[in-house]
Amino acid sequence: MSRALQEPAAEVRPLLSVSGLTKDHGGGHGCHDVAFELWPGEILGVVGESGAGKSTLLDCLGGFAAPDAGRADYQSRLFGPVEIFGLSEARRRRLARSEWGFVHQDARRGLRLSVSAGGNIGERLMAGGARHYGDLRARAGAWLERLELDPSRLDEAPRQFSGGMRQRLQIARNLVTEPRLLLMDEPTGGLDLSVQARLLDLLRGLVRDLGLSVVLVTHDLGVVRLLCDRMLVMERGRVVEEGLTDQVLEDPQHAHSQRLVASILPV
Amino acid sequence: MTAESSRPRVPQGAGSARPGYNYAFLDEATKREIRRKLLKAVAIPGHQVPFSSREMPLPPGWGTGGIQVTASLVGPADVLKVIDQGADDTTNAVSIRRFFAETAGVETTTSTRRASLIQTRHRIPETPLAEGQILVFQVPLPEPLRFLEPRESETRRLHALAEYGSAYVSLYEQVARHGRIAQSYDYPVMVGGRYLMRPSPIPSFDNPKLDRNPALLLFGAGRERRLYAVPPYTPVESLSFEDRPFAVERSPQACDLCGATDSFLDEIVADDAGSRLFACSDSEYCNERQRRLGRSVVAP
Repeated sequence: MSRALQEPAAEVRPLLSVSGLTKDHGGGHGCHDVAFELWPGEILGVVGESGAGKSTLLDCLGGFAAPDAGRADYQSRLFGPVEIFGLSEARRRRLARSEWGFVHQDARRGLRLSVSAGGNIGERLMAGGARHYGDLRARAGAWLERLELDPSRLDEAPRQFSGGMRQRLQIARNLVTEPRLLLMDEPTGGLDLSVQARLLDLLRGLVRDLGLSVVLVTHDLGVVRLLCDRMLVMERGRVVEEGLTDQVLEDPQHAHSQRLVASILPV
Repeated sequence: MTAESSRPRVPQGAGSARPGYNYAFLDEATKREIRRKLLKAVAIPGHQVPFSSREMPLPPGWGTGGIQVTASLVGPADVLKVIDQGADDTTNAVSIRRFFAETAGVETTTSTRRASLIQTRHRIPETPLAEGQILVFQVPLPEPLRFLEPRESETRRLHALAEYGSAYVSLYEQVARHGRIAQSYDYPVMVGGRYLMRPSPIPSFDNPKLDRNPALLLFGAGRERRLYAVPPYTPVESLSFEDRPFAVERSPQACDLCGATDSFLDEIVADDAGSRLFACSDSEYCNERQRRLGRSVVAP
């Protein structure tokens, strides 16, 4: 039904198509038989309680964990259509630092804390072969501004930044190579509400301007309502409901989704 | 293989090696293993090859890697030179030279030209090396990516995939902080366009000498248990940015003892009043020049 609403043009294919993805951590933990499609320009929310397998799913897609079974077909700018779990490590890493971005909940995991903001943003460009210092600096400065960070802090290390600024810096570091696919794990986790709101606003604009496709893992349904086009609800490693965001949030079908929606705090 | 041929062949030196020790201190099997690892290192220029570094009769950090390489290569026909920071007459150089004179009975020299085997700490001699010569470097830290990547498993993967972007991050940081690439020693290089390598803490002044050098350059890191090599005439390029090219820092002074303007100088405090003397760090080069100028030779 959601497919009928979107009705893609004939030649448009999903950017990422995942099927049968399974990663068993033992004892029913991990994710099981997960399937979804992510279309160009779309933001897909993945929600569920802690331990539902959301982060495992994202780690598999991001290359931080090897899945036990399943496939993920991705339309690459560099290599054409590829199955990402079957890619050679060299190619997968090349994609990961150019066409993909991974935003960690804890910005410290995604940043080099002792390296200046400019160096952090420039790293992916340097990995891609950029060797012009002035150029690197100019581009890093432009991305700081784009993420509403003060460009005069280009030479400061992220340890001197606040949590919200670090998160924006981490996003800038990922977006500098203009990726097509952004994987985000609780990007607003641990930030206070006004900082969250600003970050979400910024993200929405960036995704629209850059034509990004995003898989966004969160337990915050408010974030999903603000940002996501479609959402998956996961429970104990399985997808129990999938649909357009408004549809799922207004009229949840599965008992688990109903519980989640019912637990939203009225503001 | 007969029992005869599997027995280690101990070189019979011209000089007398000290009785009670095997030739050049290490046992034959160990020296053979090091030579095999060196062959691998030569086959893959700039690639770090693990080896089973042994306890040596001096602490790690004093050149155990270099000594093991020298021990595995030295033979009765060799002429050995050992330098420490360019000088032949400092404690470490004297001790290592004496060590091999005693355990291998090898002829030693201070002349760069005469030496067939040169072990060095922190310098490449000023006198150009020739084909057939071997220069052995003592290496404290062999991993060029350690600054940004603490995990050994990860640095190996980065080398395997030739992912050297992070090496430029440290150069970027230096330019951002100091306005130029401030690294004045142990300046990272690309060997043969493939492997990123630390040249040991030689001054960046010596980096151009690594490029297409006619001699065989061998590197031994004893504590870190790694060997690597730059075979003769291998292109070696110092990392740089397009708009911040690699440049050798030259001191504006000339050597106060021999007048050389093309050598790497040490700054020496000459007296209690704080006056300073600049002298070649390569003692043999300096002495040679003083002799040719007809001066009475003063050791730098």
